[in-house]
Amino acid sequence: MITDLYVRGATIVHRAHPGLKILLLFAISTLVFIVDTWPVLALATVLVAGGYLLAGLKPAHAWRALKPVLAIFAILLIAQLYLADIRLASYVVLRFAVLILAATLLTLTTKVSELVDGLMAGLSRAPGWVPREKIALAIAMTIRFIPRIRAQFHDVRDAQRARGLDRSIVALLVPLVVRTLKDADDIARAIEARSVD
Amino acid sequence: METRDIVYIALFAAIVAALALFPPIWLPVIGVPITAQSMGAMLAGGVLGAKRGSLALALFVLLVALGLPLLSGGRGGFGVFFGPTAGYIVGWIVAAFVIGYLTERFWNRLNIFTAAAICIFGGVVVLYAIGVPWSAAVAKVSVTQALTGSAPFIPGDILKAIIASLVIVTVKRSYPLLGNRSAA
Repeated sequence: MITDLYVRGATIVHRAHPGLKILLLFAISTLVFIVDTWPVLALATVLVAGGYLLAGLKPAHAWRALKPVLAIFAILLIAQLYLADIRLASYVVLRFAVLILAATLLTLTTKVSELVDGLMAGLSRAPGWVPREKIALAIAMTIRFIPRIRAQFHDVRDAQRARGLDRSIVALLVPLVVRTLKDADDIARAIEARSVD
Repeated sequence: METRDIVYIALFAAIVAALALFPPIWLPVIGVPITAQSMGAMLAGGVLGAKRGSLALALFVLLVALGLPLLSGGRGGFGVFFGPTAGYIVGWIVAAFVIGYLTERFWNRLNIFTAAAICIFGGVVVLYAIGVPWSAAVAKVSVTQALTGSAPFIPGDILKAIIASLVIVTVKRSYPLLGNRSAA
């Protein structure tokens, strides 16, 4: 199975309704973009830091979220220093960091299944022209098939390695795609045979 | 949309996730990593067509937003959409649509050259047209500066477009999904 990024816990942040967390996230991100000033950014920083403390998360969790974007931050910082001054440079980088951390707080404290359930609940209230069952089927199927396609990827790679083709991306991708399309036909027939449609 | 279309969309979203498993290739001289995952948008559009291809990418982006670590390097979650390069991830949906639309239009004349031209247009020109202004806006730099910052990635993206077009043309030969469907 694919592991999600969720960190187990029973704090108030973990137990809060996913919809409420998404709403707060959007409120914070909209606020820092519309009211584009230092005091608002400082307030957002305090709120997000408080959220991490309340959720019992360690600095390592925050660090892991920021690590992939550090290189971009460095380029941004240099560009802004060159274009403007240290104030704007640090403002832009801090704003990114706060927003990324706020959004990661949602991901770290909410199970994927909770979000999917919330999405499905929202779908059931969607207007009739929304193909609810089809969306639900597609989401469930992708989550189910990611591990299987990853396993197929390793199969194909081993087979091509035996033929000395493991350095060719085309020789890896073509069998993977064609195999998946053939599987898709079988799966579609199986679903129709159970008259899910 | 038939059940089969839903299955194609779902499985292609899973293929895009599997592309994260490719180890990144380091371009000599320029020194930026190129990851296989952005080929997902090109492959989805070129194999499934505009509608199914863009829906496959939309589904993939939705699953990333829900918190699955499906991006290369195991990244995922809502935070991805607040970073400076979020425009490229959202842009994949549009790129898949454009590549799919053009592939459908040129289906009978599709060869490695037309497919490569389509992939470069949709997967590089259109994608950067979304990603560059997006980073410029959120990072408070000018569009020219954002473009300069992204320029090192362009050779790698063109290379990926060529690889993707080879795959698209080969898959068309063995498993065509587009073209005249009423005859099928």
